[in-house]
Amino acid sequence: MMEFALFLGCTIPARLNQYESSSRAVLEKLGVGLVDIREFNCCGYPLRNIDFKIFLLSSVRNLALAEKKNLNVMALCKCCYGSLKKADFLMKENASLKKEVNLTLEKEGLKYEGRIEIKHLLSVLHKDIGIEAIKGKMATTFKGLKIATHYGCHALRPSQVVGFDNAVAPSLFDQLVEMTGAESIDWPMKLECCGAPLWGINDRLSMDLTLKKLTDGKKSGADYVCAACPYCHIQFDKVQKMILSQRNVNHPLPSILYTQLLGLTLGIDRKVLGLEMNEIPISGIEELLTKETELAEEKELAEQKETKKETGSTKQ
Amino acid sequence: MFLKVSLYISLVIFLVGLVYKVSTWFRYKIGIGAEEISTSTRFFSTLRGILSTVFSFKILTLLKVFVLDVLLQFRILREDFLRWVMHIFIYGGFMLLLLMHALDKTITVAIWKNYYSTVNPFMFLRDLFGAFVIVGVLIAIYRRFILKVPRMFTNAMDIYTILIVAVIMLSGIFLEASKMVAYSDYKRMVDEYSGLSDPEELKSLEAYWVKEFGTVSPNLKGPFDEKILTKGKDLHQSSCAECHARPQWAFTGYGAAKLITPIGLSIDRARLPSVLWYIHILACFVGLAYLPFSKMFHIFASSVSLLANGVIGKEKLTPANRATLQVMELDACTHCGTCSLRCSVIMAFEEISNINIFPSEKIGSIKTLASGKALSPRELRYLQEGVYLCSNCYRCTVVCPAGINLQDLWFNVRETLLQKGFPEFLVLSPLSFYRGLMKEETVPKDYEKPLIQAREAIAAQCDLMKKKDKVLALTPTNRNLQSGLNLSAQAKTFSACFSCQTCTTVCPVVGNYENPQEALGLLPHQIMHAAGLGLRDLALGSNMLWDCLTCYQCQEQCPQGVHVTDVLYELKNLAVKQVREKTLQPTERK
Repeated sequence: MMEFALFLGCTIPARLNQYESSSRAVLEKLGVGLVDIREFNCCGYPLRNIDFKIFLLSSVRNLALAEKKNLNVMALCKCCYGSLKKADFLMKENASLKKEVNLTLEKEGLKYEGRIEIKHLLSVLHKDIGIEAIKGKMATTFKGLKIATHYGCHALRPSQVVGFDNAVAPSLFDQLVEMTGAESIDWPMKLECCGAPLWGINDRLSMDLTLKKLTDGKKSGADYVCAACPYCHIQFDKVQKMILSQRNVNHPLPSILYTQLLGLTLGIDRKVLGLEMNEIPISGIEELLTKETELAEEKELAEQKETKKETGSTKQ
Repeated sequence: MFLKVSLYISLVIFLVGLVYKVSTWFRYKIGIGAEEISTSTRFFSTLRGILSTVFSFKILTLLKVFVLDVLLQFRILREDFLRWVMHIFIYGGFMLLLLMHALDKTITVAIWKNYYSTVNPFMFLRDLFGAFVIVGVLIAIYRRFILKVPRMFTNAMDIYTILIVAVIMLSGIFLEASKMVAYSDYKRMVDEYSGLSDPEELKSLEAYWVKEFGTVSPNLKGPFDEKILTKGKDLHQSSCAECHARPQWAFTGYGAAKLITPIGLSIDRARLPSVLWYIHILACFVGLAYLPFSKMFHIFASSVSLLANGVIGKEKLTPANRATLQVMELDACTHCGTCSLRCSVIMAFEEISNINIFPSEKIGSIKTLASGKALSPRELRYLQEGVYLCSNCYRCTVVCPAGINLQDLWFNVRETLLQKGFPEFLVLSPLSFYRGLMKEETVPKDYEKPLIQAREAIAAQCDLMKKKDKVLALTPTNRNLQSGLNLSAQAKTFSACFSCQTCTTVCPVVGNYENPQEALGLLPHQIMHAAGLGLRDLALGSNMLWDCLTCYQCQEQCPQGVHVTDVLYELKNLAVKQVREKTLQPTERK
């Protein structure tokens, strides 16, 4: 069985429980084992502005803990992912830095050698499990649903460090969204930042950027924006709500977490997915799920086609 | 007489202390808006809250919390089994000793009519309960000083607590032991209860007690004749046994008695039993009188905290009740260190040696702050930094065995401290994301202040930025700046910049402004240049640094491979480091 050390980070357990519960449910359904390491700490991301060493120490300590258990790490947060990746990169690149960090970690009996892999949930779904395998477990799919797929900066860039997907023309997340039957629309600002890194630091600027991006998604025809990162999602959900009331905008573009979207097609209970926990309601999305009868019909049609093909090929 | 007087004195001090401490819950002010709420408002608000809870279905929750968390301490069990054993042994043993030994004349006698302290099961139980406490204290000492539980700090109060319990217990055990060996105590019992006068009989009984009860006699020494012992046993059965079980049952005291038997006679001659009695009684009374002012006060405060937070749940408190709750919670803290053990950002301490980064130690500083003692500007700065250096992961709150809502406490204290006028540079990091989300809980007119203040404090150290018209002398350049950017190899890349301005062109922040230079100061490519030229003030003084999203667009698209975002990160680090050190210097005190 595939097994990962689940890296939740700080934001998810504290402010986005539905991301944790939906991710756990989805991964259980797909047969991925998750190990919780209680000693994990902050990935270091929020401290990089202030002190590089704190960032690096915090990040590497997590990697060392996972390595001690011989587990690869799966992050749900793009900022955690980016930070852990960066730390891993530096540890491999810079021998003197590695020595210094390990010297500090040694106090706790820890050490990082760089033997483990760091993955984001989306890569695990796409590369380790695979689209076909996931499709095989789907109970239903969406029909007529338009999604503005949001990649998240710290997963994509710097590509030299993260290696998540092609940084200029990524397709990994689009494929995962389309797998659910939804359409992943083209939108000009797809690869732009969500605005979250400046929330609380420069709110006006943060709001400008978020609103610009969401307006763009809406204009491009999206019903929902979809993210797989707590910062991005909270920015699109709770913060969008704050922006709406402050700037008198009436038409929100609601945000759905990818694990909620996928979870619905896997037939996972809506309560476990926490559909009601999003600040801007998303429950309307369930109406776009194909009814079971329709699905059966589709399957039948497909089977008929296949048998036709088979008989055709035998004839030949 | 001594007993009564000292008991009443300590009881009065205890009660006055209790009232005093509880009154501080309503008087001390911490957090947003607490200044404006009067003590009486807080008192009556609490009263209303308590009454409306007790007379509702929430009483069931209260009962549940009382049994599971207060009595059985499941929250400790969930964290650490050994610690739970330790605590249950100390608290369980001590409570039972209090009820069945200290208060035996009022409680035990009322329940068991045939109670007599020297008769079983009471004699055995007393020692058993005592042994519980001793085992608990030994585990406590083991955890603190031998196992050295990580991130657990030992302060004077922790040592006092272990000491007072140890003194009470050891004096009790040795008091019992010394009475076992003391000949005069034996003599007194014989005179009072046996009614024997025949010297032969007395001798037989004494021989029997020397052999079997550990009495050290100045007259007799074993081995004794079988006949004498048999006779002694008969006399014992008829005169003593009814009221005196065999001392072996009091196993801790008996063990200690064996230890001191060799000096048994001198112990008796020095009247050590009564000395030990005074020590034992005084230690108990000191413990009682000082209880409200010591860590032991958690017996009350932690219970109140567990019960209160058990029913509050996610409800929003009135400002008055929140203010009261948070002062009370400071007393509920036992300095156990669980929060620090689980804290997410503790690695920061490796680089910033500020003890207030540890949640368990922050509480101590906040206590001082709440009590109204004046903290020096430096102490305030350190506390402010400590409470801001928090990723708001709520873990401390989830694990706190006393059920303290630490997260809310940090938030509240943070907001108050930020308004004291000392710049806090951590506000310019994504740690502020949480503050942004909690915007509605802050005072609107104060929300932006700390953000502006931090930027201004940094800008104030960059004189060149203010002289826009001045022609800059490019020689000599500041070499220190370049050598200062050495956190990893990444920053050196700025020298490859050939000023194509791609970084600035693709920057979404720059793109957001009609006149970006007015809002941001130097733009990314200019900052790279300034860094390359060693123009410290220009490289560090721009708003652009703090308005960077770290979205890595610039770095990704740079044709020259300059790590633009990483360089910006390093410049931010440098700016904060320099300004922090400067503004923390004692001469800066105002």
